[in-house]
Amino acid sequence: MHTHKKPPRVGDSVLVRRTLIGFVLLFGALLVVSPLIVIGVQAFSQGWKVYSATITNSDTRHAILLTVVTALIAVPINTIFGVAAAWAITKFDFFGRRLLLVVIEIPFSVSPIVAGVAYLFVYGLQGLFGPALEAADIKILFALPGIVLASMFVTAPFVARELIPLMQAQGRELEEAATSLGASGWRTFLTVTLPNIKWAMLYGVVLCNARVMGEFGAVSIVSGNIRGQTNTLPLHIELLYHDYQAAGAFASASILALIAVFTILAKVALERRGAGRARRPSLVAACQHNSAEEIRP
Amino acid sequence: MKIRLDTVIKTFDTFRAVRGVSLEIGSGELVALLGPSGSGKTTILRMVAGLEYADGGAIYFGETDATHIPVRDRGVGFVFQHYALFPHMTVGENIAFGMKVSKTKRKPAEIAARVADLLRLVRLEGLGDRFPMQISGGQRQRVALARALAVDPKVLLLDEPFGALDANVRRDLRRWLREIHDELGITTIFVTHDQEEALDLADRVVILNEGAIVQQGTPAEVTRAPKSGFVMRFLGDANRLSATVRDGVAYVGQTEISALDCIDGPAEVFTRPGDLDWASGGAGIKAMVSRVLDRPGERRVLALAESGEELEFDVEPERQIAAGDRGVVTIRRAQVFAKS
Repeated sequence: MHTHKKPPRVGDSVLVRRTLIGFVLLFGALLVVSPLIVIGVQAFSQGWKVYSATITNSDTRHAILLTVVTALIAVPINTIFGVAAAWAITKFDFFGRRLLLVVIEIPFSVSPIVAGVAYLFVYGLQGLFGPALEAADIKILFALPGIVLASMFVTAPFVARELIPLMQAQGRELEEAATSLGASGWRTFLTVTLPNIKWAMLYGVVLCNARVMGEFGAVSIVSGNIRGQTNTLPLHIELLYHDYQAAGAFASASILALIAVFTILAKVALERRGAGRARRPSLVAACQHNSAEEIRP
Repeated sequence: MKIRLDTVIKTFDTFRAVRGVSLEIGSGELVALLGPSGSGKTTILRMVAGLEYADGGAIYFGETDATHIPVRDRGVGFVFQHYALFPHMTVGENIAFGMKVSKTKRKPAEIAARVADLLRLVRLEGLGDRFPMQISGGQRQRVALARALAVDPKVLLLDEPFGALDANVRRDLRRWLREIHDELGITTIFVTHDQEEALDLADRVVILNEGAIVQQGTPAEVTRAPKSGFVMRFLGDANRLSATVRDGVAYVGQTEISALDCIDGPAEVFTRPGDLDWASGGAGIKAMVSRVLDRPGERRVLALAESGEELEFDVEPERQIAAGDRGVVTIRRAQVFAKS
C-alpha cells in the first residue's frame, strides 16, 4: 500500500493501522474461527465411519428430526406474528403502541433460561395451569409443545425487528394508494406491502430459524432432556459430551455448524437484495421520497 | 361530479386541523386549495378522498352523502405528493393496478389497451416496461396521474402535485395538467402552497389559513380584491404600512389613500412592490435606500421609511438608484384594511 503519498487522515498512521488490523484478525481467529475448525477436525477425528455412525444413530436422528419439526412450527408462527406486529405498529395509531414495541423486545433482554423457568411455573405440575392441563391430559412440558413455546418466546422479536424500521420508513402512502385504487385490505397486503418487505422478512426468518435450531437455555428447562424423545440437537450435543462421547458430540455439533454456514450464506445473499440493517437506507431511498420538503412561500 | 363540504371538522389529538369548512365545487371545475403549512388544505383533500374521516360535518358527492363511504368505494383518483408509485411494478403494471383489483372484471387485452391509451395521454409511450426508479420525477408524476385516471374516477385529487419537481418541469406540467383537465372535464381539486401555481392553473382558488377558508374566488377576484392582509401577503410580496383612516381616506404620514369601505380608526395599508415608485423629491413617504437587488426584469429596491418601516419596490432596470440615496416613495395603488 502506498498511502504515504497522500497526507494521512486522522488515525491513519501506519503503526496504528497495522496494530489494529492485526489485533482484530488475531482475536477473530482465536475466538471465532478456531472453534469452528476444531469442530470440523474433531468430528472426523475417528474417521468417516464413526462420523456417519453417530449421525445415523437413532437418538441423533431423533434429535435432528425434533429440531427440524420445532423450527417448522415455531418459525412460521413467529413470522406471522412478526409481520402482524410490524403492521400494527407502523400502520395504525393506537393506545399502547409504544408499549407493544417494548414488549416485543423483551425476549432479547431476558436470559432464555428465565423464559424456561417461567414456562415451568405456568405449565408445570405445580404451576398455574398445571393441574388443569393434567386433568385434560394435555402435555405441554417435557414434550413438543413446551419446546416449541420456549423457542417461540426466545425468537419472537426477530422478524418484527427487521420489519418495523423498514415499514416505518416506507410509510402508509403505498397502501393508501392501493386502497384508493379499489384494492381490498388483503389484496393490498399481498400485492403491495408484501413484495416491498419480502427480503427484510426473509432476513428475519433466516435469523429466527438459526436461533430456533440453536436454542439451548430455554429449551433445556422445558424439554426435560429425555434422550430420543425430547432432546433437540443442542441438548443432544450436551448429553453426548457429558457421556464422554466427544466424537459424537462434535459430529452433531458439525451439523449445527453447517446450518450456521447456510444461515450466513443466506444472510449475505439477502443483504445483497437490500435486506438487513446495514443496507436499509439505500433500500428506503430506492422506494420513493426524492422529496423537496414543503417550501413556505 | 359536484362536491359539497358542509361545515367539515377534523381534529388530530388536540390540534384542530380543519375548523368547520364549507365549500362547493362545481362539476368539471378545477379548484386549488391554497394555504401555508398547517392550514388544513391536505387534510381537507384527504377527507374528500376518504383517506381521513371527518369528525364533524358532511361531504356530498352530487346528492349522495359520501362522508362515510370508504376510500375504496368512493371512486376518487388520488395523486400523492411523492407519487406513491409501487416500486416493484413497472409503469404499465402501476397504471393497470386499479383495473386489475376492480370489482368489475376486465379482460387482460382490454386492460392492456387502456394502459396504452393512458400512456399516450400522459405522453409516456414506450416507457411502460420501465420501473419507477428508472424514470425522472416529472415522468413519475405523470405515471401517478395516469394510474389515478385509469379507474375512471368521479373526482381527481392531487396533493402538492408539483411539489417535488424543479421549476421548469413544474411550469410545463402545470400547463399540461390544465390541458388534460380541459380534455377530460373531470372535477379536480389540488392542494398547493405555491400561489403562482394556484393562480396559473385553477378556475377557482380557495385560500386557507389555520383550518378555515379566508377567501375564495377566481384568480382575478382574489388577486384584485383580497379580503385581508393575510391574503394580500400570501398571494405575493407586499409592503405593510400603518395608517389612520378618517372619512374614507387613509393617511400614511402626509400621504392620502382612498379607503372608501374602511371604518375610521387605525388601519394597515398593503402595497405590491410594483405599485410603489421613487422620486428624488416632492410629496410622498420620505425614505432612504438601503439596498438595491438587480433582477432579470427589474431592480428591487429595499428602503427604510422615516417611520422606521421597511419598504420594497421595483423600478425599471435603467433607473439610477443606489444605497444611501434619499428621496420619497409614492403609492400608485394600495389595499387598506382596518386593523383588527
